[in-house]
Amino acid sequence: MIDLTKFRDPKLIKKVVIDLQKWDKPTKIMEVCGSHTMAIGHWGIRKLLPKNISLISGPGCPVCVTPSSLIDELLKLENVTIATFGDVLRVPGKDETLEHARARGLDVRIVYSPLEALELSKEKETIFVGIGFETTIPGIAQTILMAKQQKLHNFSVFPAFKLVPPALEALLSTEDIKLDGFLLPGHVSVIIGSESYMLLPEKYGIGGVVAGFEPLDILTAIKIITEQIKHNKPAIVNEYNRVVNVVGNKSAQKVINTVLKTEDALWRGIGWIPNSGLGIRDEFKEFDASKKYNITLKEEEGNSGCKCADVLKGIIIPPECPLFEKGCNPAHPIGPCMVSSEGSCAAYYKYER
Amino acid sequence: MCLAIPAKIVEKDGEKGIVDLGGVNKEIMFTFTPEAKIGDWVLMHTGFALNIISEEDANETLKLFEEMALLEDD
Ligand code: SF4
Repeated sequence: MIDLTKFRDPKLIKKVVIDLQKWDKPTKIMEVCGSHTMAIGHWGIRKLLPKNISLISGPGCPVCVTPSSLIDELLKLENVTIATFGDVLRVPGKDETLEHARARGLDVRIVYSPLEALELSKEKETIFVGIGFETTIPGIAQTILMAKQQKLHNFSVFPAFKLVPPALEALLSTEDIKLDGFLLPGHVSVIIGSESYMLLPEKYGIGGVVAGFEPLDILTAIKIITEQIKHNKPAIVNEYNRVVNVVGNKSAQKVINTVLKTEDALWRGIGWIPNSGLGIRDEFKEFDASKKYNITLKEEEGNSGCKCADVLKGIIIPPECPLFEKGCNPAHPIGPCMVSSEGSCAAYYKYER
Repeated sequence: MCLAIPAKIVEKDGEKGIVDLGGVNKEIMFTFTPEAKIGDWVLMHTGFALNIISEEDANETLKLFEEMALLEDD
């Protein structure tokens, strides 16, 4: 097995850090993926960097970008088991979370794998809440394929799938934010391959590194980005080649393409992004919960004071939200960025206070 | 949520199998990694093996770390 201690070698870490400390250009790097946000907090990476390098969190937590109207719609369902990943339970809807609703009797089950939802449907009508990025999507698509093969009638999936590259493009197309580089998501890239990000340097002149989650993975990635800036050569580099390759996992892509098709998607706090999600193909429409229960999503209304929208776009960091720690904390999240342990606000709350 | 964890394959029968996840056995599907063999390490996520972890490439990354650490900024 791979010796992970080598990815945490203090001597090498020190060397890279000393070197990075010499970097004096103001540099904004976005870590797209919530697991990177967690790893950066966990390893204390921010404290190792010079003040002029800022790491800002992007929209890479699938739970955080799930619209509250989806929760509101799910709460209306009757006589059906709602199966979902654990984090989703605490996402605030307009008035209630799935967790609260479960306490008053709604049949909500936490599953680790979509395959468990398939089993649940053999007892009772079951809807699986399909939240996830490219990492999670193939497993859910395969589950739909299996439901069809097994001729199941009591199973459906709500497709709340999101795609990372179109969201990055949408971010770069707004004038709100200037970025100098991306820490690209490791496990999303296992499926889509490092070539999926070529547009970033080619069209926007910004480089990025597909990185793993160990301290040397992240620090080396940052170092590579500073080198790219220094030589004015933005490019996509794959630092995480122990699991990520250029073209991604073709078998997984095939299952996705068989079952799902590209659609516009609603991102909480950001709005509709063209072609940034996946819907279920007509051939599998009997498993499409959006059709079966006639669920449509709509944009946020009202104002809770939550600044997740700005956090997800990297415009502010969580402590700049007036509610951070003051009314909003992981036990009582006001916005979705505080819900999932991978949300930027939750990660800041845990590690950076 | 996209976190995937390394697990070692201990049993494999077609598309299904068992992995050792830090001492705990878990069922896994090899739909996306049909070429995986017993003894391989895979990256596991929501019950599926997303890819085989390459030891060779991991060693290359370690070399990259050394190179990058030695690369002086001037
Ligand atoms: S601290 Fe809470 S209210 Fe403020 S942006 Fe984060 S989740 Fe929203």
